Amino acid sequence: MPYFLDYYREMGVGHFFFVDNDSTDGSLDYLAEQPDVSVWSTTASYKRARFGMDWLNWLQRKYAHGHWALTVDPDEFLVYPFCDTRPLRALTDWLDASSIKSFSAMLLDMYPKGRLDEQPYQAGDNPIEIASWFDSGNYTISRNYSFANLWIQGGPRARAFFPDQPEKAPALNKVPLVKWDKRYTYVSSTHMLLPRGLNQVYDEWGGEKASGVLLHAKFLDTFGAKAAEELTRSQHYAGSVEYKAYAEQLKDNPQLWCKWSERYINWRQLEILGLMSKGNWA
Amino acid sequence: MLVHTALGRAEQVARHWSMAGCPVVIHVDKAVPRKTYDAFVKALSGVRNIQFSKRYRCEWGTWGIIAASQAASELMLASHPDVRHVYLASGSCLPLRPVEELIDYLATRPKTDFIESATTSDVPWTVGGLDAERFTLRFPVSWKRNRFLFDRFVDFQRRFGLKRKMPNGIVPHMGSQWWCLSRRTLSAILQDPERPTYDRFFKHVWIPDESYFQTLARQYSEHIESRSLTLSKFDFQGKPHIFYDDHLQLLRRSDCFVARKIWPHADRLYQAFLTDAAGAMKKTEPNPGKIDRIFSKAVERRTRGRSGLYMQSRFPNEDWENGVTAAPYSMFQGFAELFEDFEPWLAKATGARVHGHLFASDAVHYADKMSAMNGALSNSAILRDYNTKAFLTNLIWNTRGERQCFQFGPADNQDINWRIAKDPNAQVSVITGAWAVPLFRSNLDFAEIRATAAQLQKYEADHMDIQRSPYTKARVRIWTMAEFIEAPMEPLQGILDEIGRTKLRRLSEAPKMVDLSGFGQFLQNLKNQGMHPYLMGDFPVERGVAATPKTQRRPYLVQ
Repeated sequence: MPYFLDYYREMGVGHFFFVDNDSTDGSLDYLAEQPDVSVWSTTASYKRARFGMDWLNWLQRKYAHGHWALTVDPDEFLVYPFCDTRPLRALTDWLDASSIKSFSAMLLDMYPKGRLDEQPYQAGDNPIEIASWFDSGNYTISRNYSFANLWIQGGPRARAFFPDQPEKAPALNKVPLVKWDKRYTYVSSTHMLLPRGLNQVYDEWGGEKASGVLLHAKFLDTFGAKAAEELTRSQHYAGSVEYKAYAEQLKDNPQLWCKWSERYINWRQLEILGLMSKGNWA
Repeated sequence: MLVHTALGRAEQVARHWSMAGCPVVIHVDKAVPRKTYDAFVKALSGVRNIQFSKRYRCEWGTWGIIAASQAASELMLASHPDVRHVYLASGSCLPLRPVEELIDYLATRPKTDFIESATTSDVPWTVGGLDAERFTLRFPVSWKRNRFLFDRFVDFQRRFGLKRKMPNGIVPHMGSQWWCLSRRTLSAILQDPERPTYDRFFKHVWIPDESYFQTLARQYSEHIESRSLTLSKFDFQGKPHIFYDDHLQLLRRSDCFVARKIWPHADRLYQAFLTDAAGAMKKTEPNPGKIDRIFSKAVERRTRGRSGLYMQSRFPNEDWENGVTAAPYSMFQGFAELFEDFEPWLAKATGARVHGHLFASDAVHYADKMSAMNGALSNSAILRDYNTKAFLTNLIWNTRGERQCFQFGPADNQDINWRIAKDPNAQVSVITGAWAVPLFRSNLDFAEIRATAAQLQKYEADHMDIQRSPYTKARVRIWTMAEFIEAPMEPLQGILDEIGRTKLRRLSEAPKMVDLSGFGQFLQNLKNQGMHPYLMGDFPVERGVAATPKTQRRPYLVQ
């Protein structure tokens, strides 16, 4: 949590909104102390709040109208073109000037070299220094015609946890940055929104729109324990099929790294690899 | 100076001009609240030679900007009789070179007007599909606020052929709205007795700021230099590109007097060019071409993108890919069946990466039996078959810079056939009927062979129909097996030449063909069972026997 806050503060995020769902690790107290954080706390069911989306949509409707709102999990770190030299404000000003209302950033699963539990993570550390590897070119994309969004799957989770049922591999497409309006709503996580026009973050005639990446620091030494805990809570999507697959695989071979994994350097590397694009932002 | 936002930056720049001895007239958009405006005026009140002109509402693409420029110009010319050139700038313009250099530059060109001005028929500057029609139609509704109504008005006028004539037969010209005009030309435009006529006309022209002065300057100017002194780059929608702190080096080398538009929070740029202008520019060799390249690449990326890339923000509709795959590749059908060592031979002859059957039903047969490839692309057949097109485009994208070759056959997953056939990057070479060779050499029951042969023949025939269809864009070569073994060297040489990277001398070593003695009889047996193998061409029964000594004599070594 401390690293998360600092990461986004440095990017220029003005205020943080958190929903604390009955945490037991002291996060609530920590967050309540921060000057730029507002926390909402609940013991209600995550699942029955449509996996938390009802909570977030309500908060956004109430507080984000007319603002650029970035919706991310605590293990997601936004990378956008020129993020090493330009603050987030430069991006949102440019999006405003270009009349673009939503910005896509696909989820990129990061993992360490070796066993997941080999290098312990300490609060405050940069998780990407441990989980610094990713799959660069094994993603599949199809169109979801009912919501006009793309459905992206693949990466280490598809090849390691779902080699026999790739259709069940988790969705990686995300639209986390939106110039919010109280009439908007996220439909399923930040994968898609309504109205549908907001999902049109891709060009269909050959060009590239600007996009970023969410570095997903899920696969740290803490993951094994989390997967076990989530299984007992059974609060996740599609009967927690994802977590069942993780638990199954991690028993024998808790390693995602392979010879063809790429080591993360910076956003330019991701743009050269074709995982994100500068579009016409120069 | 036309100002509507970021008044703090405008104030900084106005002070900069004024400090160098240039009088400044500022026009503030009427949309700016009174309070903000008053604070702005107050902040600049102590500065010498700064005036404020009558305020108009400046909405993009409308007459307000012209009205504002006229009012400011009139005020400037009236109150400063010694002014020789008037430079139209905006609040987000930033002087890059020292103002003295600009003054000297203009002093040596006293009669020159710097205004980009081209006839509409010669330039492709269009927004919303309008160029010459900007002048011939009327535009009573805002494009920004009511796009729908705007378009209906245009449709209506087009349908009924409503057109306007240019007054006094003037020729419409367009160009960048940021100009620098001499007093002679500017005053001639403003004091023209016909000005009411022109103003009435241009009030209904769309985006008049790109055409009013550009057209009228042609009437009076003695010497037009058709370029803007303001460096301004436009994206594919006609919106100006914005400069940030990380453009500092680029701007230093741009050799331009003024740049726009600058991001108001680009502190380093304002710091560098306004406080130490002399030091900012002189250190480096000018290289103005670099800015052009960077911004034209951005436009290219936004409109055409990287060929063969499918990702979250580029997912082209079929046939709009601008290149289905990222690079040329070769697909071979029947070669690995007919030659014993085709894959190593091809790898040696071309230096390309030669895979086995990438679309085989059991697994992806990568070169060297690898379990994954570049990009962590797995060899799992299930993952591949989940999206065969993505598998192919990923493979070719991930291995950019290295030629990929692979084997294919009727026993493989046929889902990919259309995609490859419609891909101009695909080089497809097929020996039809060669799938029978492994069957011929196998130890299976004949009933099983017959069933498999019938199935494979059907798949291959379907595939060949696709490869021969008029929609096929791949470079396709098809030989029957009989045809191919008659003279294998020539087709092989042709294939290698097309792949390119062969050593220049003639092919000296051919791959070793499998022993085909008895193959003719094998086919005859299939025929006798009622299954007619036709894709391999004409194979007489005797030839299989006769072919054995002949095969050995055939000159595989060509000098």
